Amino acid sequence: MFPAGLAYSLRFLRCGAHFSSADLPRPQPPKECIEVLAHHKPKQQGKGETYDGPRFICLQKDFKLHRLTEGPSMMVSLNKLEALRYYRQLLALRHLEMAASNLYKERLIRGFCHLYTGQEACAVGIRAAMGEQDKVISGYRIHGWAYMMGVSAQGVLAELTGRLTGCSGGKGGSMHMYGKNFYGGTGIVGDQVPLGAGLAFAGKYLKDESVSLAIYGDGAANQGQIFETFNMAQLWKLPIIFICENNNYGMGTSSNRSSSNNEYYTRGDHLPGIQVDGQDVLAVRSATTFAIQHAKEIGPLILELKTYRYGGHSMSDPGTSYRSREEIQKVKMEQDPIKSFQQVIMKEFNISQDEIKELDKLVKIEIEEATKAARCDEEPSLPHLWSDVYSGYYEGYIRNIREHSLKHINLHRIYDVKA
Amino acid sequence: MLRSRLIQAASSAQRAFSTSQKALAAKQMTVRDALNSALDEELARDDRVFILGEEVAQYDGAYKVSRGLWKKYGDKRVIDTPITEMGFAGIAVGAAMAGLRPVCEFMTWNFSMQAIDHIINSAAKTFYMSAGAVNVPIVFRGPNGAASGVAAQHSQCFAAWYAHCPGLKVISPYDSEDARGLLKAAIRDPDPVVFLENELVYGTAFPVADNVADKDFVVPIGKAKIMRPGKDITLVAHSKAVETSLLAAAELAKKGIEAEVINLRSIRPLDTATIFASVRKTHHLVTVENGWPQHGVGAEICARIMEDQTFFELDAPVWRCAGVDVPMPYAKTLELHALPRVQDVVEATLKVLGGKVGKAVAAAK
Repeated sequence: MFPAGLAYSLRFLRCGAHFSSADLPRPQPPKECIEVLAHHKPKQQGKGETYDGPRFICLQKDFKLHRLTEGPSMMVSLNKLEALRYYRQLLALRHLEMAASNLYKERLIRGFCHLYTGQEACAVGIRAAMGEQDKVISGYRIHGWAYMMGVSAQGVLAELTGRLTGCSGGKGGSMHMYGKNFYGGTGIVGDQVPLGAGLAFAGKYLKDESVSLAIYGDGAANQGQIFETFNMAQLWKLPIIFICENNNYGMGTSSNRSSSNNEYYTRGDHLPGIQVDGQDVLAVRSATTFAIQHAKEIGPLILELKTYRYGGHSMSDPGTSYRSREEIQKVKMEQDPIKSFQQVIMKEFNISQDEIKELDKLVKIEIEEATKAARCDEEPSLPHLWSDVYSGYYEGYIRNIREHSLKHINLHRIYDVKA
Repeated sequence: MLRSRLIQAASSAQRAFSTSQKALAAKQMTVRDALNSALDEELARDDRVFILGEEVAQYDGAYKVSRGLWKKYGDKRVIDTPITEMGFAGIAVGAAMAGLRPVCEFMTWNFSMQAIDHIINSAAKTFYMSAGAVNVPIVFRGPNGAASGVAAQHSQCFAAWYAHCPGLKVISPYDSEDARGLLKAAIRDPDPVVFLENELVYGTAFPVADNVADKDFVVPIGKAKIMRPGKDITLVAHSKAVETSLLAAAELAKKGIEAEVINLRSIRPLDTATIFASVRKTHHLVTVENGWPQHGVGAEICARIMEDQTFFELDAPVWRCAGVDVPMPYAKTLELHALPRVQDVVEATLKVLGGKVGKAVAAAK
């Protein structure tokens, strides 16, 4: 009898019961939006009347295209439900990382801790365009991604604090989180790109209509295996989008010091590419929608999302020796993905400051509760040390420190990501 | 290009010869056919199984192990890759994460060094890191160990390298029964398996029992096989060193010494129960391997014995016969002397049984 069996089933329940805004209904496919745009003009609003239908918004920054004659739509549709959902998700990611930062400073998070702060529009925008069957794999900056793929805030934060209720049972930590159709989570820079192409390969092989998204940074963009993968993905027409979240710094090396060509959307040789304003959630959504269609119908392509990380590379990096405080301040003031989106939705949907505050409060409560749990939840019991090394039968004993005395335990699956 | 040189070497190695176990009535099967039929049957058995690697499809396999499979199963199931080990190994691992069962061929294991990151960091560790959420059912396979006349970069045993890493299962078959039964077991296994073949025996025909040809013939992973029973000394070996040990046992038999020869089959997990039981019977042990000695398979066996009550059953120190601790030279005579030969095993055995191993070696120098 495994001693932590009860705790294990409790964890199952808790994970299931936890609310995450990523669980909310998916947005309308933008293809329909285009149809709506063609056939339906918004009514002129009289005084005192409210109109809750979709708004048509023109994106601020042009997409840059590489080997494409047509790009994503510059005119995007947004309804109030979507607007509130995206805003809530953006806020949740920001608060999630604030909580992570605090927990790290309290020394409750060990090792590495890479924050996503400043880059939220990338994950929210991509997720908004994805279908249920689409698969994601990213690198080591994944707290926000795990949340967006349906892991609860507690699942993320408790993983960071190394608790049993963490989404990897406390065995993965900051860089190794998994969820349905979310394959982590690799700490080796660049590995996620061929792995992501493997997910796409499986999608094509199994004809499951999925597109896979491999997300990497400008730092990873020079890894040899990425170019190997571009080649095979194009050769085999894999349904994959290579997404370079270009936050301008690979650790402390700026992209112009690391890359002879830092227009990452052009780095795929004959692979088409699009440069996108990664601070604009609607631009990211529009580009991803286009890219998913392209990946399904034609083949792979690269999206470069121009973004910025507010913090250092990780919690141990103040992030100021290789860039100026002024530079960071300027982005925060002028290109913050949350502030700018807040302005859009307040203007378009007459959302009041009070409503914004209410949303803010709800998100804070969600994250605070998760943080509390992440502080107090129990650590995995000792038998977890020698559990799930293998998924199948393993002959013999696993070696303990002094002798071969540990009978391997299989705790089965937490959730089947292949379901 | 050295790859073409390797292929020549492979075809020259096709000449069949069989070892001491001559069962005239038994069916003969080459290791190549054993592997080929195993792949064929597993492709037929499970739609999720596919093969990818360099030259596996239209070329029929650099060593002809996948001969005929592309014609039979087509482009979807048997896939030629460009020469990009890290890329295609990563793609194979990703496909396994998403529910397929790839058989990823390295033209030789030497080239797996370009992809070792995906074998260790992506394949071996993901199940544990995800607390059991994502398993990686993949087989990495190809010829391992010293070939002939291909020098240092193309002559190396990776058994100890991969067996070092938890999360992997490492298999090193010797004969046709091993190759067929273990490859089928590896493909059906839900975990990443490193399958280390030996090019030099691809063309060797071994006698096989009738049941080996059964569609569901599998050899369990993690179990060693006693190839020849004996009461005086235990010889433990894997891969081609099993042949060396069997030939040495035949020599020793002429001197009235009955050596028990154990074919490890699996390097991880290591079947220590079979080794211990044998040592409790013979009280003497020599390990034989073609890999390097330091931190090698033999070194692990020595350590395991010392950690077990079996240590007290030994009447003499365990001795290792391993490859000389140098990169593999090209010249024929040097190469011949770089790996344990039959006479090395015979001498080691005699010295262990003589109880004066240290002195004897010193005297020989």
